[in-house]
Amino acid sequence: MSDKGVAAGLHDCRKAFAETLAEMARGDARIVAVCNDSVGSSNLKAFQQEFPDRLINVGIAEQNMVGVAAGLANAGLVPFVCCASPFLTGRAMEQVKVDAAYNGYHIVLCGMSPGMAYGELGPTHHSIEDLAWMRAIHDLTVLVPADPFQTREAVRQAASAEGPVFMRIGRFAVPAVSDEAAGFAIGRADELRGGSDVTIVATGTLVSRALEAADRLAEDGISARVLNVSSLAPIDAEALVRAARETRGIVTAEEGVPHGGLGGAVAEIVAQAHPTRMKILGVTAFAPTGDTAFLLDHFGLNAAGIEAAARQLAA
Amino acid sequence: MAEQPGDTRFDPARLAAEATEVRKRILTTIGAAKMGHVGGDLSVTDILVTLFFGVLNVDPARPEMPDRDRFVLSKGHCAAALYTVLARRGFFAEDELASFMQPLSRLNGHPNRRKVPGVEANTGPLGHGLPIAVGTAVGAQVTGASYRSFCIVGDGELQEGSNWEAAMFAGHRGLGNLTLVADRNGLQQGARVADTNDLSPLGDKFAAFGWEVRDIDGHDHAALLDALSRPGEGRPVFVLARTVKGKGVSFMEDGVEWHHGVPTPAQIDAALKELSR
Repeated sequence: MSDKGVAAGLHDCRKAFAETLAEMARGDARIVAVCNDSVGSSNLKAFQQEFPDRLINVGIAEQNMVGVAAGLANAGLVPFVCCASPFLTGRAMEQVKVDAAYNGYHIVLCGMSPGMAYGELGPTHHSIEDLAWMRAIHDLTVLVPADPFQTREAVRQAASAEGPVFMRIGRFAVPAVSDEAAGFAIGRADELRGGSDVTIVATGTLVSRALEAADRLAEDGISARVLNVSSLAPIDAEALVRAARETRGIVTAEEGVPHGGLGGAVAEIVAQAHPTRMKILGVTAFAPTGDTAFLLDHFGLNAAGIEAAARQLAA
Repeated sequence: MAEQPGDTRFDPARLAAEATEVRKRILTTIGAAKMGHVGGDLSVTDILVTLFFGVLNVDPARPEMPDRDRFVLSKGHCAAALYTVLARRGFFAEDELASFMQPLSRLNGHPNRRKVPGVEANTGPLGHGLPIAVGTAVGAQVTGASYRSFCIVGDGELQEGSNWEAAMFAGHRGLGNLTLVADRNGLQQGARVADTNDLSPLGDKFAAFGWEVRDIDGHDHAALLDALSRPGEGRPVFVLARTVKGKGVSFMEDGVEWHHGVPTPAQIDAALKELSR
Protein backbone atom coordinates (compact mmCIF):
# COMPACT_ATOMS: atom_id res chain seq x y z
CA MET A 1 0.00 0.00 0.00
CA SER A 2 1.06 3.57 -0.58
CA ASP A 3 2.09 4.28 2.96
CA LYS A 4 5.78 4.53 2.27
CA GLY A 5 6.58 7.45 4.52
CA VAL A 6 5.51 11.01 4.09
CA ALA A 7 7.69 13.11 1.81
CA ALA A 8 8.90 16.54 2.88
CA GLY A 9 6.14 19.12 2.84
CA LEU A 10 3.43 16.48 2.76
CA HIS A 11 1.18 15.50 5.65
CA ASP A 12 -0.75 12.45 6.80
CA CYS A 13 -4.09 13.84 7.97
CA ARG A 14 -4.64 10.81 10.21
CA LYS A 15 -1.93 12.17 12.51
CA ALA A 16 -3.70 15.51 12.84
CA PHE A 17 -6.95 13.62 13.38
CA ALA A 18 -5.61 11.38 16.15
CA GLU A 19 -3.84 14.21 17.96
CA THR A 20 -6.91 16.42 17.90
CA LEU A 21 -9.24 13.64 18.99
CA ALA A 22 -7.02 12.94 22.02
CA GLU A 23 -6.79 16.64 22.80
CA MET A 24 -10.59 16.95 22.67
CA ALA A 25 -11.01 13.81 24.79
CA ARG A 26 -8.74 15.25 27.50
CA GLY A 27 -11.12 18.15 27.96
CA ASP A 28 -14.40 16.33 27.43
CA ALA A 29 -15.14 13.04 29.17
CA ARG A 30 -18.06 12.40 26.83
CA ILE A 31 -15.78 11.71 23.86
CA VAL A 32 -15.25 8.03 23.07
CA ALA A 33 -13.75 6.28 20.06
CA VAL A 34 -15.54 3.34 18.46
CA CYS A 35 -13.81 1.13 15.92
CA ASN A 36 -13.96 -2.20 14.11
CA ASP A 37 -10.61 -3.87 14.77
CA SER A 38 -9.09 -0.73 13.24
CA VAL A 39 -7.04 0.60 16.17
CA GLY A 40 -3.92 0.56 14.02
CA SER A 41 -5.32 1.70 10.69
CA SER A 42 -7.32 4.47 12.38
CA ASN A 43 -4.19 5.60 14.27
CA LEU A 44 -5.93 5.07 17.64
CA LYS A 45 -3.13 3.28 19.54
CA ALA A 46 -2.18 6.36 21.57
CA PHE A 47 -5.87 7.08 22.30
CA GLN A 48 -6.31 3.51 23.50
CA GLN A 49 -3.30 3.82 25.82
CA GLU A 50 -4.48 7.11 27.28
CA PHE A 51 -8.21 6.27 27.48
CA PRO A 52 -8.47 2.47 27.62
CA ASP A 53 -12.07 2.55 28.86
CA ARG A 54 -13.12 5.00 26.16
CA LEU A 55 -11.92 2.98 23.18
CA ILE A 56 -14.72 0.62 22.21
CA ASN A 57 -13.59 -1.93 19.66
CA VAL A 58 -16.58 -3.96 18.47
CA GLY A 59 -14.52 -6.21 16.25
CA ILE A 60 -15.17 -6.74 12.56
CA ALA A 61 -18.86 -5.84 12.66
CA GLU A 62 -19.70 -2.52 11.05
CA GLN A 63 -23.49 -2.62 11.37
CA ASN A 64 -23.20 -3.28 15.09
CA MET A 65 -20.50 -0.60 15.32
CA VAL A 66 -22.83 2.17 14.13
CA GLY A 67 -25.77 0.86 16.17
CA VAL A 68 -23.60 0.75 19.29
CA ALA A 69 -22.51 4.33 18.57
CA ALA A 70 -26.18 5.35 18.48
CA GLY A 71 -26.68 3.74 21.87
CA LEU A 72 -23.59 5.49 23.24
CA ALA A 73 -24.96 8.82 22.00
CA ASN A 74 -28.27 7.98 23.70
CA ALA A 75 -26.27 7.44 26.90
CA GLY A 76 -24.90 10.99 26.66
CA LEU A 77 -21.53 10.22 25.09
CA VAL A 78 -20.05 11.67 21.88
CA PRO A 79 -18.81 8.73 19.82
CA PHE A 80 -16.21 9.14 17.08
CA VAL A 81 -16.63 6.05 14.91
CA CYS A 82 -13.38 5.26 13.11
CA CYS A 83 -13.52 2.76 10.28
CA ALA A 84 -12.25 2.37 6.74
CA SER A 85 -14.59 4.52 4.70
CA PRO A 86 -15.83 1.88 2.21
CA PHE A 87 -17.07 -0.36 5.03
CA LEU A 88 -18.39 2.36 7.32
CA THR A 89 -20.47 3.90 4.57
CA GLY A 90 -21.26 0.85 2.47
CA ARG A 91 -21.67 -2.02 4.91
CA ALA A 92 -23.45 0.09 7.51
CA MET A 93 -25.30 2.54 5.27
CA GLU A 94 -28.77 1.74 6.64
CA GLN A 95 -27.43 2.13 10.18
CA VAL A 96 -25.98 5.52 9.20
CA LYS A 97 -29.35 6.54 7.77
CA VAL A 98 -31.60 5.16 10.51
CA ASP A 99 -29.56 4.80 13.70
CA ALA A 100 -27.50 7.98 13.31
CA ALA A 101 -29.30 10.44 11.04
CA TYR A 102 -33.02 9.66 11.41
CA ASN A 103 -32.60 9.37 15.17
CA GLY A 104 -30.73 12.68 15.14
CA TYR A 105 -27.96 11.36 17.37
CA HIS A 106 -24.75 13.32 17.67
CA ILE A 107 -22.31 10.77 16.27
CA VAL A 108 -19.15 11.59 14.33
CA LEU A 109 -18.58 9.02 11.62
CA CYS A 110 -14.97 9.09 10.47
CA GLY A 111 -14.37 7.44 7.12
CA MET A 112 -10.70 6.57 7.24
CA SER A 113 -8.52 6.12 4.15
CA PRO A 114 -11.18 7.21 1.66
CA GLY A 115 -11.03 7.46 -2.10
CA MET A 116 -8.31 5.30 -3.58
CA ALA A 117 -6.06 5.45 -0.52
CA TYR A 118 -5.84 1.66 -0.56
CA GLY A 119 -4.70 1.76 -4.19
CA GLU A 120 -3.23 -1.68 -4.75
CA LEU A 121 -5.84 -3.43 -2.61
CA GLY A 122 -8.31 -2.94 -5.42
CA PRO A 123 -11.82 -1.61 -5.97
CA THR A 124 -13.34 -3.48 -3.00
CA HIS A 125 -11.26 -1.18 -0.80
CA HIS A 126 -11.61 1.99 -2.85
CA SER A 127 -14.11 4.29 -1.19
CA ILE A 128 -15.29 6.16 -4.25
CA GLU A 129 -19.04 6.03 -3.60
CA ASP A 130 -18.99 7.33 -0.02
CA LEU A 131 -19.64 10.99 -0.79
CA ALA A 132 -22.57 10.18 -3.08
CA TRP A 133 -24.04 7.80 -0.50
CA MET A 134 -23.59 10.02 2.53
CA ARG A 135 -24.75 13.15 0.72
CA ALA A 136 -28.07 11.44 -0.01
CA ILE A 137 -28.93 11.17 3.70
CA HIS A 138 -30.92 14.00 5.31
CA ASP A 139 -29.59 15.74 8.41
CA LEU A 140 -26.07 14.36 7.95
CA THR A 141 -23.20 16.86 7.81
CA VAL A 142 -20.58 15.72 5.28
CA LEU A 143 -17.03 17.08 5.58
CA VAL A 144 -13.90 16.47 3.53
CA PRO A 145 -10.97 18.24 5.18
CA ALA A 146 -8.24 18.87 2.62
CA ASP A 147 -5.19 19.18 4.88
CA PRO A 148 -4.08 18.88 8.52
CA PHE A 149 -5.40 22.32 9.51
CA GLN A 150 -8.85 21.54 8.15
CA THR A 151 -8.71 18.09 9.73
CA ARG A 152 -8.03 19.53 13.18
CA GLU A 153 -10.79 22.10 12.79
CA ALA A 154 -13.24 19.52 11.45
CA VAL A 155 -12.67 17.31 14.49
CA ARG A 156 -13.08 20.24 16.90
CA GLN A 157 -16.21 21.56 15.26
CA ALA A 158 -17.73 18.11 14.79
CA ALA A 159 -17.28 17.41 18.51
CA SER A 160 -19.53 20.32 19.37
CA ALA A 161 -21.89 20.11 16.38
CA GLU A 162 -25.51 19.00 16.65
CA GLY A 163 -26.64 15.80 15.02
CA PRO A 164 -24.55 13.35 13.03
CA VAL A 165 -21.43 14.20 11.05
CA PHE A 166 -19.56 12.17 8.45
CA MET A 167 -15.99 13.16 7.69
CA ARG A 168 -13.37 11.71 5.36
CA ILE A 169 -9.91 11.36 6.91
CA GLY A 170 -7.35 10.91 4.16
CA ARG A 171 -4.42 8.52 4.22
CA PHE A 172 -2.71 9.81 1.06
CA ALA A 173 -0.13 12.47 1.98
CA VAL A 174 -1.15 16.01 1.03
CA PRO A 175 0.43 19.48 1.18
CA ALA A 176 -1.05 22.21 3.35
CA VAL A 177 -3.46 24.23 1.21
CA SER A 178 -5.55 26.22 3.69
CA ASP A 179 -5.36 29.86 4.60
CA GLU A 180 -5.32 29.27 8.35
CA ALA A 181 -6.15 32.89 9.09
CA ALA A 182 -9.45 32.43 7.29
CA GLY A 183 -10.30 29.53 9.58
CA PHE A 184 -12.61 26.65 8.79
CA ALA A 185 -16.37 26.80 8.79
CA ILE A 186 -18.89 24.03 8.22
CA GLY A 187 -21.00 25.08 5.24
CA ARG A 188 -18.44 27.43 3.73
CA ALA A 189 -16.37 26.95 0.57
CA ASP A 190 -12.97 28.62 0.65
CA GLU A 191 -11.77 30.57 -2.37
CA LEU A 192 -8.08 29.69 -2.43
CA ARG A 193 -7.37 31.51 -5.66
CA GLY A 194 -9.30 34.33 -7.30
CA GLY A 195 -10.10 34.03 -11.01
CA SER A 196 -12.48 35.25 -13.68
CA ASP A 197 -12.21 32.89 -16.68
CA VAL A 198 -13.05 29.48 -15.22
CA THR A 199 -13.67 27.93 -11.79
CA ILE A 200 -12.13 24.75 -10.45
CA VAL A 201 -14.03 23.26 -7.55
CA ALA A 202 -12.13 20.55 -5.72
CA THR A 203 -12.29 18.56 -2.53
CA GLY A 204 -9.82 16.54 -0.43
CA THR A 205 -6.74 15.26 -2.24
CA LEU A 206 -7.67 17.12 -5.42
CA VAL A 207 -7.40 20.60 -3.92
CA SER A 208 -3.62 20.84 -4.21
CA ARG A 209 -3.84 19.53 -7.78
CA ALA A 210 -6.43 22.18 -8.59
CA LEU A 211 -4.03 24.86 -7.36
CA GLU A 212 -1.28 23.40 -9.55
CA ALA A 213 -3.60 23.44 -12.52
CA ALA A 214 -4.47 27.07 -11.83
CA ASP A 215 -0.75 27.93 -11.82
CA ARG A 216 -0.28 26.27 -15.22
CA LEU A 217 -3.32 28.05 -16.65
CA ALA A 218 -2.03 31.39 -15.35
CA GLU A 219 1.15 30.90 -17.39
CA ASP A 220 -1.08 31.04 -20.48
CA GLY A 221 -3.03 34.01 -19.18
CA ILE A 222 -6.09 31.99 -18.17
CA SER A 223 -7.46 33.16 -14.85
CA ALA A 224 -8.82 30.20 -12.85
CA ARG A 225 -10.71 30.56 -9.59
CA VAL A 226 -10.13 27.68 -7.14
CA LEU A 227 -12.76 26.76 -4.57
CA ASN A 228 -12.09 24.20 -1.86
CA VAL A 229 -15.39 22.58 -0.94
CA SER A 230 -14.58 20.84 2.32
CA SER A 231 -18.21 20.92 3.46
CA LEU A 232 -20.40 18.96 1.03
CA ALA A 233 -23.43 19.08 3.28
CA PRO A 234 -24.32 21.75 4.03
CA ILE A 235 -22.74 23.15 0.87
CA ASP A 236 -21.92 26.76 0.05
CA ALA A 237 -24.46 27.29 -2.73
CA GLU A 238 -23.85 31.01 -2.78
CA ALA A 239 -20.15 30.65 -3.66
CA LEU A 240 -20.98 28.11 -6.37
CA VAL A 241 -23.69 30.22 -7.98
CA ARG A 242 -21.36 33.21 -7.89
CA ALA A 243 -18.70 31.13 -9.67
CA ALA A 244 -21.27 30.09 -12.28
CA ARG A 245 -22.23 33.69 -12.83
CA GLU A 246 -18.76 35.22 -12.83
CA THR A 247 -16.73 32.64 -14.80
CA ARG A 248 -17.33 30.76 -18.05
CA GLY A 249 -17.65 27.28 -16.59
CA ILE A 250 -16.93 24.98 -13.64
CA VAL A 251 -14.63 21.97 -13.42
CA THR A 252 -15.14 19.72 -10.42
CA ALA A 253 -12.49 17.27 -9.24
CA GLU A 254 -12.86 14.61 -6.55
CA GLU A 255 -11.47 11.23 -5.59
CA GLY A 256 -14.76 9.51 -6.16
CA VAL A 257 -17.40 8.61 -8.72
CA PRO A 258 -18.39 11.45 -11.07
CA HIS A 259 -22.07 10.96 -10.23
CA GLY A 260 -23.60 11.96 -6.95
CA GLY A 261 -20.63 13.33 -5.01
CA LEU A 262 -19.08 16.79 -5.31
CA GLY A 263 -19.75 16.99 -9.06
CA GLY A 264 -23.37 16.02 -8.57
CA ALA A 265 -23.81 18.51 -5.75
CA VAL A 266 -22.41 21.41 -7.78
CA ALA A 267 -24.40 20.43 -10.88
CA GLU A 268 -27.67 20.30 -8.92
CA ILE A 269 -27.11 23.80 -7.59
CA VAL A 270 -25.95 25.61 -10.72
CA ALA A 271 -28.44 23.83 -13.01
CA GLN A 272 -31.27 25.30 -10.96
CA ALA A 273 -29.81 28.71 -10.14
CA HIS A 274 -27.52 29.72 -12.99
CA PRO A 275 -26.90 27.00 -15.60
CA THR A 276 -23.32 26.89 -16.82
CA ARG A 277 -21.04 24.50 -18.65
CA MET A 278 -19.38 21.90 -16.42
CA LYS A 279 -16.76 19.18 -16.55
CA ILE A 280 -17.10 16.63 -13.77
CA LEU A 281 -13.84 14.79 -13.12
CA GLY A 282 -13.80 11.64 -11.04
CA VAL A 283 -13.10 7.93 -10.90
CA THR A 284 -14.91 6.68 -13.99
CA ALA A 285 -14.49 2.91 -13.61
CA PHE A 286 -13.48 0.20 -11.17
CA ALA A 287 -9.77 0.85 -11.06
CA PRO A 288 -6.92 -1.27 -12.42
CA THR A 289 -4.07 -2.29 -10.12
CA GLY A 290 -1.82 0.48 -8.93
CA ASP A 291 -0.91 2.72 -6.03
CA THR A 292 -2.89 5.85 -5.22
CA ALA A 293 -0.70 8.27 -7.15
CA PHE A 294 -0.75 6.02 -10.20
CA LEU A 295 -4.53 5.71 -10.05
CA LEU A 296 -5.08 9.45 -9.68
CA ASP A 297 -3.01 9.94 -12.82
CA HIS A 298 -4.77 7.07 -14.58
CA PHE A 299 -8.14 8.76 -14.14
CA GLY A 300 -6.82 12.21 -15.02
CA LEU A 301 -7.25 13.38 -11.44
CA ASN A 302 -4.08 15.45 -11.55
CA ALA A 303 -2.98 18.94 -12.52
CA ALA A 304 -2.76 18.03 -16.22
CA GLY A 305 -6.24 16.54 -16.32
CA ILE A 306 -7.81 19.46 -14.48
CA GLU A 307 -5.91 21.93 -16.65
CA ALA A 308 -7.14 20.29 -19.86
CA ALA A 309 -10.75 20.34 -18.70
CA ALA A 310 -10.50 23.96 -17.58
CA ARG A 311 -8.99 25.04 -20.94
CA GLN A 312 -12.00 23.66 -22.77
CA LEU A 313 -14.39 25.66 -20.60
CA ALA A 314 -12.30 28.84 -20.68
CA ALA A 315 -12.12 28.84 -24.47
CA MET B 1 -55.13 2.17 35.19
CA ALA B 2 -52.79 4.61 36.89
CA GLU B 3 -52.16 4.04 40.58
CA GLN B 4 -50.17 6.48 42.66
CA PRO B 5 -47.45 8.24 40.67
CA GLY B 6 -44.27 6.22 40.83
CA ASP B 7 -46.04 3.05 41.91
CA THR B 8 -45.77 0.98 38.79
CA ARG B 9 -45.30 -2.43 40.34
CA PHE B 10 -48.46 -4.23 39.39
CA ASP B 11 -48.99 -7.80 40.49
CA PRO B 12 -49.40 -10.47 37.80
CA ALA B 13 -53.21 -10.48 37.94
CA ARG B 14 -53.37 -6.74 37.44
CA LEU B 15 -50.80 -6.92 34.65
CA ALA B 16 -53.04 -9.49 32.94
CA ALA B 17 -56.05 -7.19 33.28
CA GLU B 18 -54.05 -4.29 31.86
CA ALA B 19 -52.87 -6.47 28.96
CA THR B 20 -56.48 -7.23 28.09
CA GLU B 21 -57.30 -3.53 27.94
CA VAL B 22 -54.22 -2.93 25.79
CA ARG B 23 -55.28 -5.69 23.39
CA LYS B 24 -58.75 -4.19 23.01
CA ARG B 25 -57.29 -0.80 22.29
CA ILE B 26 -54.84 -2.23 19.73
CA LEU B 27 -57.75 -3.83 17.88
CA THR B 28 -59.82 -0.66 17.76
CA THR B 29 -56.78 1.42 16.78
CA ILE B 30 -55.83 -0.87 13.89
CA GLY B 31 -59.46 -1.21 12.90
CA ALA B 32 -59.78 2.56 12.61
CA ALA B 33 -56.47 2.97 10.78
CA LYS B 34 -57.20 -0.04 8.54
CA MET B 35 -53.45 -0.74 8.78
CA GLY B 36 -51.10 -2.33 11.25
CA HIS B 37 -49.46 -5.53 12.38
CA VAL B 38 -52.11 -6.96 14.65
CA GLY B 39 -50.68 -10.47 15.02
CA GLY B 40 -47.31 -9.34 16.35
CA ASP B 41 -48.90 -6.58 18.43
CA LEU B 42 -50.99 -9.16 20.28
CA SER B 43 -48.05 -11.54 20.78
CA VAL B 44 -45.81 -8.85 22.29
CA THR B 45 -48.48 -7.20 24.46
CA ASP B 46 -47.83 -9.11 27.67
CA ILE B 47 -44.08 -8.47 27.47
CA LEU B 48 -44.58 -4.74 26.89
CA VAL B 49 -47.16 -4.43 29.66
CA THR B 50 -44.92 -6.25 32.14
CA LEU B 51 -41.98 -4.05 31.24
CA PHE B 52 -43.78 -0.69 31.34
CA PHE B 53 -46.07 -1.40 34.30
CA GLY B 54 -43.89 -3.71 36.33
CA VAL B 55 -40.20 -3.36 35.58
CA LEU B 56 -38.87 -0.27 33.83
CA ASN B 57 -37.71 2.73 35.80
CA VAL B 58 -39.28 5.39 33.59
CA ASP B 59 -41.20 8.55 34.39
CA PRO B 60 -43.80 9.79 31.91
CA ALA B 61 -43.39 13.28 33.37
CA ARG B 62 -39.67 13.18 32.63
CA PRO B 63 -39.23 10.95 29.58
CA GLU B 64 -35.61 12.07 29.12
CA MET B 65 -34.44 11.66 32.71
CA PRO B 66 -30.78 10.58 32.49
CA ASP B 67 -31.07 7.50 34.71
CA ARG B 68 -34.19 6.09 33.07
CA ASP B 69 -34.03 2.48 31.98
CA ARG B 70 -33.55 2.25 28.22
CA PHE B 71 -36.07 0.25 26.22
CA VAL B 72 -35.80 -0.33 22.46
CA LEU B 73 -38.59 -2.01 20.52
CA SER B 74 -36.58 -3.49 17.67
CA LYS B 75 -39.63 -5.03 16.00
CA GLY B 76 -40.78 -1.54 15.12
CA HIS B 77 -43.72 -2.73 13.00
CA CYS B 78 -45.45 -3.42 16.32
CA ALA B 79 -45.63 0.30 17.02
CA ALA B 80 -49.36 0.12 17.77
CA ALA B 81 -48.69 -2.08 20.80
CA LEU B 82 -45.90 0.23 21.99
CA TYR B 83 -47.98 3.39 21.48
CA THR B 84 -50.90 1.87 23.36
CA VAL B 85 -48.75 0.90 26.32
CA LEU B 86 -47.00 4.30 26.34
CA ALA B 87 -50.35 6.09 26.26
CA ARG B 88 -51.85 4.01 29.03
CA ARG B 89 -48.68 4.48 31.08
CA GLY B 90 -49.13 8.23 30.74
CA PHE B 91 -46.55 9.30 28.15
CA PHE B 92 -49.28 10.91 26.03
CA ALA B 93 -53.05 11.11 25.97
CA GLU B 94 -54.82 7.88 25.11
CA ASP B 95 -57.17 9.77 22.77
CA GLU B 96 -54.25 10.40 20.46
CA LEU B 97 -54.19 6.71 19.52
CA ALA B 98 -57.10 7.54 17.22
CA SER B 99 -54.63 9.35 14.96
CA PHE B 100 -52.51 6.22 14.41
CA MET B 101 -51.06 6.34 10.86
CA GLN B 102 -53.30 9.26 9.85
CA PRO B 103 -51.76 12.09 7.79
CA LEU B 104 -49.33 14.21 9.87
CA SER B 105 -49.94 12.19 13.03
CA ARG B 106 -46.81 11.73 15.10
CA LEU B 107 -47.91 8.11 15.51
CA ASN B 108 -46.23 6.79 12.36
CA GLY B 109 -46.40 3.08 11.51
CA HIS B 110 -42.96 2.74 13.09
CA PRO B 111 -41.71 4.46 16.26
CA ASN B 112 -39.91 7.83 16.12
CA ARG B 113 -38.02 9.08 19.15
CA ARG B 114 -37.95 12.64 17.89
CA LYS B 115 -41.75 12.85 18.02
CA VAL B 116 -43.12 10.39 20.56
CA PRO B 117 -42.12 10.63 24.24
CA GLY B 118 -41.03 7.29 25.65
CA VAL B 119 -39.64 6.03 22.36
CA GLU B 120 -35.90 5.49 22.74
CA ALA B 121 -34.91 4.72 19.14
CA ASN B 122 -36.36 4.91 15.66
CA THR B 123 -36.84 1.37 14.44
CA GLY B 124 -38.56 -0.37 11.58
CA PRO B 125 -35.95 -2.01 9.40
CA LEU B 126 -35.20 -5.20 11.31
CA GLY B 127 -31.99 -5.91 13.16
CA HIS B 128 -31.31 -2.37 14.39
CA GLY B 129 -32.58 -2.41 17.97
CA LEU B 130 -30.18 -4.80 19.67
CA PRO B 131 -26.99 -2.98 18.60
CA ILE B 132 -28.47 0.27 19.93
CA ALA B 133 -29.43 -1.35 23.24
CA VAL B 134 -25.92 -2.83 23.45
CA GLY B 135 -24.65 0.72 22.95
CA THR B 136 -26.79 2.13 25.76
CA ALA B 137 -25.56 -0.71 28.01
CA VAL B 138 -21.91 -0.08 27.11
CA GLY B 139 -22.57 3.63 27.66
CA ALA B 140 -23.68 2.85 31.23
CA GLN B 141 -20.45 0.88 31.73
CA VAL B 142 -18.38 3.82 30.46
CA THR B 143 -20.21 6.50 32.47
CA GLY B 144 -20.91 4.45 35.58
CA ALA B 145 -24.67 4.89 35.23
CA SER B 146 -26.88 2.35 36.98
CA TYR B 147 -29.80 2.13 34.56
CA ARG B 148 -30.64 -1.11 32.72
CA SER B 149 -31.14 -1.59 28.98
CA PHE B 150 -33.89 -3.71 27.43
CA CYS B 151 -34.68 -4.70 23.87
CA ILE B 152 -37.44 -6.76 22.26
CA VAL B 153 -36.84 -8.52 18.96
CA GLY B 154 -39.17 -10.70 16.96
CA ASP B 155 -37.90 -14.22 16.40
CA GLY B 156 -38.02 -13.88 12.62
CA GLU B 157 -36.01 -10.71 13.03
CA LEU B 158 -33.15 -12.76 14.43
CA GLN B 159 -32.42 -13.87 10.88
CA GLU B 160 -30.78 -10.44 10.41
CA GLY B 161 -27.02 -10.74 10.89
CA SER B 162 -26.60 -7.48 12.78
CA ASN B 163 -28.27 -9.15 15.80
CA TRP B 164 -25.54 -11.74 15.95
CA GLU B 165 -22.80 -9.12 15.70
CA ALA B 166 -24.43 -7.44 18.69
CA ALA B 167 -25.09 -10.69 20.59
CA MET B 168 -21.43 -11.67 20.26
CA PHE B 169 -20.26 -8.27 21.50
CA ALA B 170 -22.71 -8.15 24.44
CA GLY B 171 -21.46 -11.56 25.58
CA HIS B 172 -17.85 -10.46 25.19
CA ARG B 173 -18.45 -7.30 27.25
CA GLY B 174 -20.34 -9.22 29.96
CA LEU B 175 -23.24 -6.79 29.83
CA GLY B 176 -25.22 -7.82 32.90
CA ASN B 177 -27.17 -4.58 32.56
CA LEU B 178 -28.68 -5.72 29.24
CA THR B 179 -31.80 -7.86 28.79
CA LEU B 180 -32.97 -9.01 25.36
CA VAL B 181 -36.44 -10.50 24.96
CA ALA B 182 -37.29 -12.55 21.88
CA ASP B 183 -41.00 -12.52 21.12
CA ARG B 184 -40.86 -16.13 19.95
CA ASN B 185 -44.20 -16.57 18.21
CA GLY B 186 -42.71 -18.82 15.55
CA LEU B 187 -44.15 -16.89 12.60
CA GLN B 188 -42.67 -14.31 10.29
CA GLN B 189 -44.35 -12.29 7.58
CA GLY B 190 -44.68 -15.03 5.00
CA ALA B 191 -44.46 -18.36 6.80
CA ARG B 192 -43.29 -20.20 9.90
CA VAL B 193 -39.81 -19.25 11.04
CA ALA B 194 -38.96 -22.95 11.17
CA ASP B 195 -39.94 -23.36 7.52
CA THR B 196 -38.06 -20.25 6.34
CA ASN B 197 -34.68 -20.20 8.05
CA ASP B 198 -34.95 -22.07 11.32
CA LEU B 199 -33.42 -20.52 14.43
CA SER B 200 -33.55 -23.58 16.65
CA PRO B 201 -32.09 -24.20 19.13
CA LEU B 202 -32.49 -20.49 19.85
CA GLY B 203 -31.62 -20.45 23.56
CA ASP B 204 -28.50 -22.56 22.94
CA LYS B 205 -27.26 -20.06 20.39
CA PHE B 206 -27.37 -17.20 22.89
CA ALA B 207 -25.91 -19.42 25.63
CA ALA B 208 -23.01 -20.19 23.31
CA PHE B 209 -22.40 -16.44 22.98
CA GLY B 210 -22.14 -16.09 26.77
CA TRP B 211 -25.70 -15.08 27.65
CA GLU B 212 -27.83 -16.31 30.54
CA VAL B 213 -30.97 -17.80 29.00
CA ARG B 214 -34.39 -17.67 30.65
CA ASP B 215 -36.90 -19.77 28.73
CA ILE B 216 -40.46 -18.79 29.70
CA ASP B 217 -44.09 -18.58 28.62
CA GLY B 218 -44.28 -15.07 27.20
CA HIS B 219 -47.92 -14.68 28.23
CA ASP B 220 -47.34 -15.62 31.89
CA HIS B 221 -47.04 -12.32 33.75
CA ALA B 222 -45.52 -13.87 36.86
CA ALA B 223 -42.83 -15.55 34.77
CA LEU B 224 -42.24 -12.35 32.81
CA LEU B 225 -41.98 -10.27 35.99
CA ASP B 226 -39.44 -12.67 37.41
CA ALA B 227 -37.36 -12.96 34.22
CA LEU B 228 -37.32 -9.24 33.50
CA SER B 229 -36.80 -7.92 37.02
CA ARG B 230 -33.52 -9.69 37.73
CA PRO B 231 -30.42 -8.31 35.96
CA GLY B 232 -27.74 -10.74 34.81
CA GLU B 233 -24.67 -11.40 36.89
CA GLY B 234 -21.82 -10.41 34.62
CA ARG B 235 -23.69 -11.78 31.63
CA PRO B 236 -26.41 -10.35 29.41
CA VAL B 237 -29.82 -11.96 29.84
CA PHE B 238 -31.74 -13.53 26.97
CA VAL B 239 -35.43 -14.05 27.73
CA LEU B 240 -36.81 -16.58 25.28
CA ALA B 241 -40.47 -15.64 25.60
CA ARG B 242 -42.64 -18.27 23.93
CA THR B 243 -45.66 -16.47 22.57
CA VAL B 244 -48.60 -16.93 20.19
CA LYS B 245 -49.11 -14.58 17.28
CA GLY B 246 -52.58 -13.02 17.55
CA LYS B 247 -52.77 -14.08 21.24
CA GLY B 248 -56.18 -13.57 22.87
CA VAL B 249 -58.28 -13.65 19.71
CA SER B 250 -59.08 -17.26 18.85
CA PHE B 251 -59.47 -16.79 15.10
CA MET B 252 -56.16 -14.92 14.86
CA GLU B 253 -54.02 -17.12 17.05
CA ASP B 254 -51.00 -18.69 15.33
CA GLY B 255 -52.21 -17.55 11.91
CA VAL B 256 -49.60 -16.16 9.54
CA GLU B 257 -52.30 -14.24 7.66
CA TRP B 258 -52.55 -11.88 10.67
CA HIS B 259 -49.00 -10.55 10.31
CA HIS B 260 -50.43 -7.44 8.73
CA GLY B 261 -53.95 -8.55 7.99
CA VAL B 262 -56.59 -5.96 8.93
CA PRO B 263 -59.69 -7.24 10.71
CA THR B 264 -63.13 -6.25 9.42
CA PRO B 265 -65.48 -4.32 11.73
CA ALA B 266 -67.37 -7.56 12.42
CA GLN B 267 -64.13 -9.36 13.26
CA ILE B 268 -63.15 -6.55 15.61
CA ASP B 269 -66.52 -6.79 17.37
CA ALA B 270 -66.09 -10.53 17.77
CA ALA B 271 -62.53 -10.09 19.05
CA LEU B 272 -63.56 -7.42 21.57
CA LYS B 273 -66.38 -9.66 22.85
CA GLU B 274 -63.94 -12.52 23.28
CA LEU B 275 -61.48 -10.32 25.18
CA SER B 276 -64.29 -8.97 27.40
CA ARG B 277 -65.36 -12.36 28.62
